[in-house]
Amino acid sequence: MIEVNSISFRYYEDWVLQEVSFRVEKGEFVGVIGPNGSGKTTLLKILYRLLAPQQGEILFELVPLKKMNRADIAKRIAVVAQETHLLFPFTVLETVLMGRSPYLGDSMFESEKDLEIAKRAMEWTQILPFSERPMDELSGGERKRVFIARALAQEPEVILLDEPTANLDIHHQIDFLDLILTLNRERGLTIIMASHDMNMASEFCDRLILLQGGRIYKTGPPGEVITRENIESVYGCQVWIDQHPISGMPRISLMKKGGH
Amino acid sequence: MNIVTPKKVLTISIFLSLLLILVILISITIGSVKVPPLRSIRILFQSILGLRGAGSDTERTIILSLRLPRAILAGLVGAGLSVSGAAFQALLRNPLADPYLLGVSSGAAVGAIIAILLGLGTFSLGLPLASFLGALLTILVVFYFGRQDGKIRPNTLLLAGVITGSFLSALIMFFISVSQREELHTIIFWLMGDFSFSSPRAILIIFPYILLGVFLLYLRSRHLNLILSGEENAVQLGVDVEKLKLLSYLLASLITAASVSACGLIGFVGLIIPHSVRLIFGPDHRLLIPSAALLGASFLIASDTLARTLLAPVELPVGVITAALGGPFFIYLLRTRKVIKTL
Repeated sequence: MIEVNSISFRYYEDWVLQEVSFRVEKGEFVGVIGPNGSGKTTLLKILYRLLAPQQGEILFELVPLKKMNRADIAKRIAVVAQETHLLFPFTVLETVLMGRSPYLGDSMFESEKDLEIAKRAMEWTQILPFSERPMDELSGGERKRVFIARALAQEPEVILLDEPTANLDIHHQIDFLDLILTLNRERGLTIIMASHDMNMASEFCDRLILLQGGRIYKTGPPGEVITRENIESVYGCQVWIDQHPISGMPRISLMKKGGH
Repeated sequence: MNIVTPKKVLTISIFLSLLLILVILISITIGSVKVPPLRSIRILFQSILGLRGAGSDTERTIILSLRLPRAILAGLVGAGLSVSGAAFQALLRNPLADPYLLGVSSGAAVGAIIAILLGLGTFSLGLPLASFLGALLTILVVFYFGRQDGKIRPNTLLLAGVITGSFLSALIMFFISVSQREELHTIIFWLMGDFSFSSPRAILIIFPYILLGVFLLYLRSRHLNLILSGEENAVQLGVDVEKLKLLSYLLASLITAASVSACGLIGFVGLIIPHSVRLIFGPDHRLLIPSAALLGASFLIASDTLARTLLAPVELPVGVITAALGGPFFIYLLRTRKVIKTL
């Protein structure tokens, strides 16, 4: 579905991403992991063409991304980014309706059908009860669900998530990722998630892409990517890796510098 | 379901239009020469219908050639400043942004002062034309320096605007320090915002810019909603942000230039009207822009009516009234309604 062909990107002098290539198949749940500054967020921004790579190209179902206009991209790829700022806060419903924007073209107002789609998205994410509340009165977890609902209102094929669970407590992290997993499994939505939380990524993703300094260090199922050698080499710190007692996925434990 | 629909926009616009008509009617009956309210209204409607009958020639002249054009001018300027203020606040994502932030007004002031010093102030359209030209030149300079690799970055543009503005302020102060006493009075009144020396014919200059500018900005109002939460956010929702920014900044600047050239620097309107409308109707630009235009028009006509009647026969600069009314009213709104969280 998405083919990334040897892309390189730099903001100024230094390359932030170098010759990155990978494919994402329809319905996959892919995690992008790596240390700070390894290029995770930049990669996501390139995938929805906020940034254009200087070299290489991205094909979305065989069509080069740069040949698609912004609205066409937004109809197929939705983004749930880190916190956006709320200068003059809209209500929950107004925010979810904004997800219909790529479909509206020149018309200035949403139709009944748009409202219907927005409501269904809100039902799915269980935010219908507070649809009239202004966004700045919601908790972090509620706000995240609003942005998922907005993404669903875009009726996309792919959802890109950037650090979706940062600043959520464990209960809300699980709630959120379960919701994403359901969308992935039941609706066949393709998910690409950049995250710092390797245990979470290991538990939920089908496949991981481990970045180091703008290059792909390793890609494959969690069991092949999250190994002691890979993590110690990329992150430069000692870790202990065993298996999650229930799921059997790799599990990382941190260690003090002095050792045990 | 509390969302902005065409019906809601239409209903509120009709209501605010009625208010505007009421304010215009009141403003044309009040003044240093007493014309009874009913007679003034009759003069107005008969002239609309192409009849003449009511009132003496003097009364007709006062109402049709002096008060009515002035009210229309004030209304256009009030609408223009309010809409461009709302647009700047969205584009810069700064609740304190006002139409004068990018230095357009200082350019207009330099143009106006040069016209006054050259004695063009008495030539009927010399003053507004010169200040419009000054404002347009400033827009060109600010947009030339405010862009990086062909893209508008709000902070760069803001800095370019502020710096251009302060350079022009130096010019203004220089001109003030070398000007004669009688010119000084005109200059200072212009800087405070004043309709008393603007020619009714100025309407012809500013009308197309303000009307077209407001209309074209309104067409972009749905996208302005999206850019409120950041440019990346707007891109994620499929907006061509660079095109939106370039057009909207230019339109808002053009509206400002036209408004300022008609009457000088009227403060506060571009700040308090958009904020008041947001507090009452919410932040959606599809409702905000028409409401701010209509309410801004009413507000400035009312302020100008006060400015010319409060100490009659002496006329105050209208900027004095807008600041004196606007400041306390805004504080009242902030205290009683939901406070804007980021202020």
